[in-house]
Amino acid sequence: MRFDTVIIGGGLTGMLAGITLQKAGQKTAIISTGQNALHFFSGSFESIKEPSQRIVELFAEAGVRLHYSPGVRLLPLGTFKESALALEDVDIFPTPKFARKVLIVNFSGYHDFFTSFLADGLEKQGMTCRLRFLSLPELETLQQSPSEMRSVQIARVMDRVWEKVVQEVRVLLKDEDAVVLPQVFGLQDTSVPGRIRQGIPAHVVFAGTLPPSVPGIRTLILLKQRYQLLGGTYLMGDEVIRAHTHEGVVHSVATRNLDNHYIEAANFILSTGGYFSKGLISNPFQVLEPVFGLDVEYKEDRNQWYNPTFKEDQPYMHFGVKADENLHALKDGKPLENLFVAGSILGGNRPEFGFAAGQCIKTALFAADQILKK
Amino acid sequence: MKLQEYTSSRHNFEECMKCTVCTAYCPVLQANPLYPGPKQAGPDGERLRLKAPYFFNQALKYCLNCKRCEVACPSGVNVADLIQSARIKYDTTPPKLRDRMLASTDFMGSLARPVAPVVNAVTGLGVTKTVLDATLKIDRHREFPKYSSRSFERWLKRRRKEQTVFPEQVAYFHGCYVNYNYPQLGKDLVKVLNALGVGVQLLEKEKCCGIALITNGMSGQARKNANHNVAQLRQAVLDKGLKVLTTSSTCALTIRDEYPNLLGVDNADVRESVLLATRFIFEKLEKGASLKFKSGYHRKIAYHTPCHLERMGWGIFSEKLLQMIPGVEFTLLDSNCCGISGTYGFKKENYEVSQAIGEPLFAQIRSVNPEVVACDCETCKWQIEMSTGYTVMNPISILAEAIED
Ligand SMILES: Cc1cc2nc3c(=O)[nH]c(=O)nc-3n(C[C@H](O)[C@H](O)[C@H](O)COP(=O)(O)OP(=O)(O)OC[C@H]3O[C@@H](n4cnc5c(N)ncnc54)[C@H](O)[C@@H]3O)c2cc1C
Ligand code: SF4
Ligand code: SF4
Repeated sequence: MRFDTVIIGGGLTGMLAGITLQKAGQKTAIISTGQNALHFFSGSFESIKEPSQRIVELFAEAGVRLHYSPGVRLLPLGTFKESALALEDVDIFPTPKFARKVLIVNFSGYHDFFTSFLADGLEKQGMTCRLRFLSLPELETLQQSPSEMRSVQIARVMDRVWEKVVQEVRVLLKDEDAVVLPQVFGLQDTSVPGRIRQGIPAHVVFAGTLPPSVPGIRTLILLKQRYQLLGGTYLMGDEVIRAHTHEGVVHSVATRNLDNHYIEAANFILSTGGYFSKGLISNPFQVLEPVFGLDVEYKEDRNQWYNPTFKEDQPYMHFGVKADENLHALKDGKPLENLFVAGSILGGNRPEFGFAAGQCIKTALFAADQILKK
Repeated sequence: MKLQEYTSSRHNFEECMKCTVCTAYCPVLQANPLYPGPKQAGPDGERLRLKAPYFFNQALKYCLNCKRCEVACPSGVNVADLIQSARIKYDTTPPKLRDRMLASTDFMGSLARPVAPVVNAVTGLGVTKTVLDATLKIDRHREFPKYSSRSFERWLKRRRKEQTVFPEQVAYFHGCYVNYNYPQLGKDLVKVLNALGVGVQLLEKEKCCGIALITNGMSGQARKNANHNVAQLRQAVLDKGLKVLTTSSTCALTIRDEYPNLLGVDNADVRESVLLATRFIFEKLEKGASLKFKSGYHRKIAYHTPCHLERMGWGIFSEKLLQMIPGVEFTLLDSNCCGISGTYGFKKENYEVSQAIGEPLFAQIRSVNPEVVACDCETCKWQIEMSTGYTVMNPISILAEAIED
């Protein structure tokens, strides 16, 4: 099968590149081993500090609404971090003290939302907190297997019964000017977070839970729908196991599912993610890129891979695949002229594109633009 | 070594990093609170089961074996294989009469076929359904697949001569459904392949692929079928140099993947030659062969990717083939399980869960409102037809309808 561009790795990076190329009239395919790091996405693009019309519109066309308002956002354990661009239901406050009094509400039996850490953190900022639990009959069946009472399971129920949460919170609310709820709303019905905010007479803040991330999965569903609606071919659950390269040009790739049926393309984008997604792998001696065997920037001395103080910045997180200025992948020091690398697989190699999800957006667009310029 | 025995398992068990991604994609977890979910039933449970079989949980029987957890897992853990293997290894309860009946598709087929009109009339009766529901716990809402009085094998055997004139030959693993219930699909395949200059042969003697035996706790019988079929495949592939095609995504997955992974039956020398017919046809067309389509053909088609095809990653061939037909208006339905999963949905205790699982798919079909739903799986066909009233056709039958006679 032949495409204009084949994208290896279907996370945030791969989908944004795919959407951009399909919009420009290309015929593309995305091949992705499994699901991706959006399942852990906080909902905020930390490294993007400036407003960008192009990014906001790209997401909006897929039905993902972003807002730009530089400030700080609340982390799941009650601390704060600088942010400017985030999903609409992820608040960014001018200062950490976003209210006087806060009501923190969780569902009984749900262990993946850390209310007391949140309360401690908010109280440090001078806010008074009250914790309350909600019991909804609709959630009782989930509690039969408490190990599976997870964000997504709750979110599926909430798409139907969110109005009850509004009613119950209104009853619980005393003189608080803010309410903190877990991020379990708007998985399929994207209007739910907004309607909850309208229904509760206080500022409603949705705070992060343990994975899977509901805003992350929602983003993924919408981007994938957009990509397929534009005519893109998404091969889910398949893995590129080998590439066929000749004199600096990639001709085709072989996948686990299609065995001897090779996928050919004029251009390729490698966006297979970091260690989590196996875009990068390591053994006791080396850090490797497994599909093409690309050059990887890492420290020779293994003792310098990590910092023994767990909370410190970890050097291995900055290792990544090497690319030239136009993001052509480097192999044995030479660029492959039709292979572009984008997203977390770059690690900390290209600070000019930012880091984490912000880096993904910028490198995805950059790589797609390079292909379209050809 | 003891330590190894207590800590290691197959199916990429060690790769699990507890990321919870699989739990977001299990259709049963969304509909049945008694099911512990893929992570718990799969890698987490396996860790305990390795220590002591006591930890085996009967609730594992609720797993559909749809393999959506495997498609979603970023670490390549074969979650469904872990679950099905645990059922094979630890579940010692003998299968019920009903499960044995539901699982024995070829045996039931050969019994029913000669008296097909009677069987069809009887299984269609309200009173029969009530009795089956009460005695065997086969849900009364189910329509039984109709039996055909002429088997496909007989039909093709009569045409053996005319098939041998084609320069290229393939073997066809038709499966129980085409043989006993719906020979027309097999005839459609023969029409399309003949139009491409390819003649169709039978295997000397095929047996049911065995998927229903596996999921109904009869892995011993399944292994016998697997060994028999692999020997047959070797004859076709190694001795005669043929490719072996199927029109059922589940037969294909079972023969290619469940044989080695669940039943321990080695098929490495023939695996790559067992193909879904749509893939074979797509590849022929890609290499320059062509089909003559009727002019003025028009169909609004919504394509549903069956779970097992999703796992094999070959849905793309059926999709692209349908999109190639002039006059086809194509919609790709979101990838969701229809809920039937072979014999699972026939069981009374699963009926409601089965329908709840399928509802998002049914709702989308209703909103797209196609003329036909296309799908490569026979049990999806029963489920979607019963639950939505829309006609479901195999992509091969749509191709056969669209090309000139
Ligand atoms: C646990 C975790 C939490 C994070 N949280 C945040 C956050 O809150 N905010 C933030 O800004 N960033 C966060 N990040 C950073 C994250 O890496 C990026 O935000 C972004 O989601 C990564 O996108 P990507 O598309 O580059 O890679 P990924 O999302 O990792 O996608 C890569 C995809 O490629 C597939 N793949 C890998 N190898 C192959 C192959 N050989 N063939 C085919 N497919 C393949 C993988 O299965 C995967 O689906 C987090 C990362 C992790 C791991
Ligand atoms: S095979 Fe299907 S039903 Fe079974 S655990 Fe996996 S996703 Fe759930
Ligand atoms: S089986 Fe895969 S998806 Fe499920 S928790 Fe383990 S690594 Fe994650």
